[in-house]
Amino acid sequence: MQRIYIFKRFERFWHWSQAGLIMFMMLTGFEIHGSYTWLGFERAVDYHTTAAWVLIVLWIFAIFWHFTTGEWKQYIPTMDKAQAVFRYYASGIFTDAPHPFRQSTLTKHNPLQRLAYLFVKLVINPLIWITGLLYLFYSSWDSWGLAWLNLEWIAIGHVIGAFLMLIFFIAHVYLATVGHTPTSHIKAMVTGWEEVD
Amino acid sequence: MTLLKTISAALIASTMTLALAATGSSFAAVDSAPAATQPTLEQDAARALASSTADHTKFEALQADFKNGPEVTRACLGCHTEAAKQIHQTQHWTWEYRNPDTGQVLGKKHVINNFCTAVASNEDHCSACHIGYGWADREFDLTVEENVDCLVCHDTTGAYKKLPGLAGHPNYETMEWPPKSGRLRPPTDLKKVAQHVGKTSRKTCGACHFRGGGGDAVKHGDLDSSLETPARYLDVHMDAEGLNFNCAKCHVTDGHEVAGSRYGPTASDTNGVQVRGANTHRNPATCQACHGNGPHSGNAKLNDHTRKIACQTCHIPAYARGPRHTKMSWDWSTAGKLDEQGKRIRTRNSIGKVHYDSNKGHFTYDRYVIPQYQWFNGKVKYTLFGDRVDESGVVKINEFLGGPDDPDARIWPLRVFRGKQMYDKGLKTLAVLHTAGNDDTAFWKNHDWDKALTAGMKAVDAEYSGTMGFVETEMSWPITHMVAPKEDALKCEQCHTKKGRLAGVDGVYIPARDRIVFMDTVGFSVALLALISVLVHGAIRIFVSSRKKV
Repeated sequence: MQRIYIFKRFERFWHWSQAGLIMFMMLTGFEIHGSYTWLGFERAVDYHTTAAWVLIVLWIFAIFWHFTTGEWKQYIPTMDKAQAVFRYYASGIFTDAPHPFRQSTLTKHNPLQRLAYLFVKLVINPLIWITGLLYLFYSSWDSWGLAWLNLEWIAIGHVIGAFLMLIFFIAHVYLATVGHTPTSHIKAMVTGWEEVD
Repeated sequence: MTLLKTISAALIASTMTLALAATGSSFAAVDSAPAATQPTLEQDAARALASSTADHTKFEALQADFKNGPEVTRACLGCHTEAAKQIHQTQHWTWEYRNPDTGQVLGKKHVINNFCTAVASNEDHCSACHIGYGWADREFDLTVEENVDCLVCHDTTGAYKKLPGLAGHPNYETMEWPPKSGRLRPPTDLKKVAQHVGKTSRKTCGACHFRGGGGDAVKHGDLDSSLETPARYLDVHMDAEGLNFNCAKCHVTDGHEVAGSRYGPTASDTNGVQVRGANTHRNPATCQACHGNGPHSGNAKLNDHTRKIACQTCHIPAYARGPRHTKMSWDWSTAGKLDEQGKRIRTRNSIGKVHYDSNKGHFTYDRYVIPQYQWFNGKVKYTLFGDRVDESGVVKINEFLGGPDDPDARIWPLRVFRGKQMYDKGLKTLAVLHTAGNDDTAFWKNHDWDKALTAGMKAVDAEYSGTMGFVETEMSWPITHMVAPKEDALKCEQCHTKKGRLAGVDGVYIPARDRIVFMDTVGFSVALLALISVLVHGAIRIFVSSRKKV
């Protein structure tokens, strides 16, 4: 067994603050959607909006970081070993089979992770951000030539994005426990150091 | 949950600075805060004196012992030479309004409502609220200048009162008032009133507008005598100890033409603040004329609402918010019942309001009434005399038009007054009833429907068919007065919930009210399925590894 340094300081800060914000925004968002009552509609909207701006700022930093460090390459999709990794999680994991993918600083994510995160970055996030910003700038639609838009479509798009994020979140939190030990991935995300066989 | 709240609060607090920097502010800076120090009543009085250049007590023309109103008017016109000509142009004088959208000829003179129903044949009574003298019947000459009543609007003494039955005149002789009360009302001191004229006030406007429909608080719901000296709670602009607006502050008047009429209302105003020198062909009585289109500084989301919602919808959370009960319904069909001696019956309900009157039928009342909400684009269509009515349904005395796709429409709060009133079964039209008068045919004298309808219909050149019935009616009134302080405005949750204030308003997506049930079902089901899958996966892992350890 050895320890390798996978997640750098900014990356960890980005991950956890984003995680907190997304959880908070799911909670306030589904309240705004009318699924339950928690903070009250007005506060839920205020907090959701504030959190959205904070997340946008965080994202600007994260995008800058990804391009300046070249880390964006970690998300280039590959099907190499994808099936093997899938088979591992479907059966091999129960029989202590070795993980078909070996983590390294240059390839942090296994092929399934790459696909999942790319899906988040290219589908879920843009859907949420575009509909969310249109939601926020509703009064500017006319001046932006978007008077033909309909709030209902925007709301539907935003809620679909929220459901996709919720499903991703459930899977992601669970898969955080499937490392070398149940907590090794989580520890790595906190300290940056991952234990690998 | 508490933990979550604490975490979220901390998160919000720590990131607030960033967020504020990011959101910036693009809000119209309309400072609605009153001056830091409010003037005292003495200062107000001194200012009123200072703002007028004329002391009418010193005018020679006003030293006469006037015998009647027209004599006073003649004296007024001696200096204010064009005043009567101006008045003659106004709706206040003509009681007539041609709706440019529908071509309908409206105004008090023509409309049938579901209160006292119609002016025709009852002019000498109704004209107690006409700004003229002598409108006793349809022969009244609307071109005579001295028939204009200057005093009813410009009195500052409070002693001037036009009484029903006198065709717009105050009493010039000692008179028992109210009738059969045993109380004597001395003759109006016209000289004193004439010497103390001034600007219009909440009291002079209110003399008619607070008391429409036959009494205080009856008609509008958002206008009653509690607005003579309202507290801030009742009307944030009229607040006697605060901004102290009079009616004309919003209903800006030019050449005696008073702006803002419900016959031709402005349902949406997107032109921003009306600055001096700007196009003055706009209605200055809108909220936006002072507050602009984005008055919620620091809250862009509230400003977004102005695209769909009238200001009044949130800022007038209920009408009749003062101590007075407004009338909610009027059922004429029970009118005319007399006691064993053949005398008029009047019974009162538990709050002391008349709920049955032989002359008028049954009434109901309410206070703090939640308005009805609907799309309204400023266009109103009336059911006028001669328009065919269908007795099987509810007849709309007036219909507020507009829908969600109409760019001029906003969601408005309305008062809907419900009635049951006379219609001519043969002619299939709302009927004109001769109610008031000292003659044998007046309903309030003889309680004889046929005689009163024959006389009433004759006054509009129609012949009563001889059969009458009662039809249910609804009349809508825009709610626009009694604007609450912002802390009493509707809260988000009052509409953003499943069964909120706007539950019945279609054509607009309201978060927390609206959802696609199918999408929610699928979304939450898949999420639940994902949760079950990972739990099962995890359970198998635990089970397998525990067996290996053994």
